[in-house]
Amino acid sequence: MSEVERPDYWQRDVVVGADLRELTTLNLGPTHPATHGIFQNVLTLDGEIILGAEQTIGYIHRAFEKICERRPFYQIPTLTDRMNYCSAPINNMGWHMAVEKLCGIQLPKRVEYLRVIAMELARITDHVICNTIISQDAGATTPFLYMYQWRERIYEIYEEICGARLTTNMGRVGGFERNFSDLAWQRIRAILKEMPAGLKEFEKMLVRNRIFMDRTINCGGFPADRALAYGFTGPNLRACGVDYDVRVADPYSSYEDFEFIIPVGQNGDVYDRFMVRQQEMWESLSIIRQAVEKLDKIPDKTTFTADVPEWVLPPKEEVYNQMEALIYHFKLVMGESAVPVGEIYHCVEGGNGELGFYIVSDGGRTPFRVHFRRPCFIYYQAYPEMIKGSMLSDAILTMSSMNVIAGELDS
Amino acid sequence: MPAFAIKADRDQLVIDRLTAAFTGDVFAHERLYDVLCFTVKKETVHAVLHLLRDELDFNFLTSLCGMHHPGQELELGVVYHLHSMRNGHRIRLKTYTTLKEAEIPTATDLWPAANWMERETWDFYGIKFTGHPNLKRILNMEDFPAFPMRKDYPLEDPTRHDKDDSMFGR
Repeated sequence: MSEVERPDYWQRDVVVGADLRELTTLNLGPTHPATHGIFQNVLTLDGEIILGAEQTIGYIHRAFEKICERRPFYQIPTLTDRMNYCSAPINNMGWHMAVEKLCGIQLPKRVEYLRVIAMELARITDHVICNTIISQDAGATTPFLYMYQWRERIYEIYEEICGARLTTNMGRVGGFERNFSDLAWQRIRAILKEMPAGLKEFEKMLVRNRIFMDRTINCGGFPADRALAYGFTGPNLRACGVDYDVRVADPYSSYEDFEFIIPVGQNGDVYDRFMVRQQEMWESLSIIRQAVEKLDKIPDKTTFTADVPEWVLPPKEEVYNQMEALIYHFKLVMGESAVPVGEIYHCVEGGNGELGFYIVSDGGRTPFRVHFRRPCFIYYQAYPEMIKGSMLSDAILTMSSMNVIAGELDS
Repeated sequence: MPAFAIKADRDQLVIDRLTAAFTGDVFAHERLYDVLCFTVKKETVHAVLHLLRDELDFNFLTSLCGMHHPGQELELGVVYHLHSMRNGHRIRLKTYTTLKEAEIPTATDLWPAANWMERETWDFYGIKFTGHPNLKRILNMEDFPAFPMRKDYPLEDPTRHDKDDSMFGR
C-alpha cells in the first residue's frame, strides 16, 4: 500500500499552550448541512489544519436491539429498514436470510434471484446517494441533480415490488410478499437499458475532471492495515486495496452463480472510494442483468416464496375458506411461528460494508438477543485519525465519502 | 477438497491450538450451526484473543457485543466474532462474568475497532472493560440512570398491563 502524503502537522500532539500556535475549537455538527445526518465533531484546529476531533453520536438512537427482544421475528424487518435507509432492501433481506438460516429454510432458486435483483438495486441507490454527495460536497451540484433521477427510478421499482419507497419492509421470511408485477419487470428492464447512459454521463462529469481529481486524490487516505484494524468493510475497505466482499467470501442468496468482479482501489482516499463505488454500480447492473437472464430461463414464473406455510401469509380468500390457511394466518400474525433454540451470525454485503445479524433464540416467540453489526458504527470511529492533519474542507469530503448513515450509526 | 472439509480442518486446528495453550483453563467448545464457538474464562480472554490474532491469523474483529442471562451465576457476557479473512474462517468467542464483578479486559490494544463496540457494551450492559482508554457512554446520554439492555430493564412503561407476554402462552 502506498503511503498517503500528509503535511508534517499531523504528527504533532496537541498541547495547548506548548507553542505559540493559537488553536481554535470548532463545533462541526450536530446538524450541519454538510454532515448529511446528525453527527457532532468538536474539532481542534490550527488555522485550517485539523489537529484532533472529538466525536459525539447517538442523537437518533432508537434502541432497536431492545425493541427486537419484544417483537416476534416477522415484525423486526421494519426496524432494519431504519438502519441504513439508503439501501433498506439489503437490510430487510439480510434479516430474512438470518431467520431462514436459524430455521433451516431453503429457498427456491427463483426467489433467491429475485432477492439478488432487489439487493443489487438497493446497492445502486446507496452508491448513487454517496457518490453524488461526494460531488455535491466537492462543489459540483449538477451531477447530484442528474443522478438522483436514477435513484427515483429505482424507488419506483421498489414501489411496484413492495409498495413503499424508502423504508421498504420488502420481502418476508421465506420469500416475498407477492410476485414481481409486469410493471416491475418493465421498469427493471428499462433501468438495465437506460442507466448505463446515465452512469456514463455522470462519469464524464467527474472521473477525469481535473478539478475533481485535484480535490479528491490524496484526500482522506487511509492505509489498509489501519483500515482492517479499525474494522472497515465494504467499499471503504476495498478502496484501501483489500478485496474483501461478503458476496464472494461467504456467498448467500446464490451469489455464487453470478460473474462479477470486486473493484479495489490503492490509496484508500476519497477518489478511490468514489471509483470503487462507481465500478460497483456497473457490477450491480451486470448482476441484475444476469439475474434477469437466469430468471428468463426458469420456466416457473409464479413461485415467490419457499414452501413454508408457517412463515408465509396465505391468500386472504383461503383464510376464509380453508382451515389450514386460517391456522397458519393466525399463527403467523400472532407471532407463534416456531423458531428453534440456537444462535447464528449471518452477514450480507450492505451498501457500506458487512452488515451482520447475530441472533440468539431461546425458542420463544421473540429473539432472546439480537445484535446488529452496523458497518458504519464500527468504521466511523476511525474518522479522527483519517482527518488528522488535513484541511477542514477535506474533512467534510472525507466524511461524505465514508458513507456514514446516521440511522445505522445510532441503531 | 470441498469447502466444508477445509473448514472442519481449520476448526480442528483452532481447537487443538487453544486447548494446548490453555489447558485446564479452557473452555467449552461447540459448533453452533456453521460457526465454532468457544467459552473462555474472563481471566484468559485477552491472552486467547492475542493468540488467535497473532498465531491463528484471525486478523479481523467482526463484532463485539454484550449478553445478559438473568438467573445464572455468571450473568453478563461478552461475545466476540472473529474472522480470518485469509482463510475465510469465522469463530465466536464468549466470556462470562458475574454481575458484581462485571469487568473484562479490553481488546482495544489488539483491535482499535473494539473501542466503540466496548463503549456500546458498557453503555447498554454495564460491563467495565479494564484498560479501555475512554470508557464512557456512547449512544445514551451521559447521565442515563440504568444499563438499558439488561433484561430487568423494562422496555415499555411498566404501568401498562395490556402488553403482557403471558397472554401468548410462553
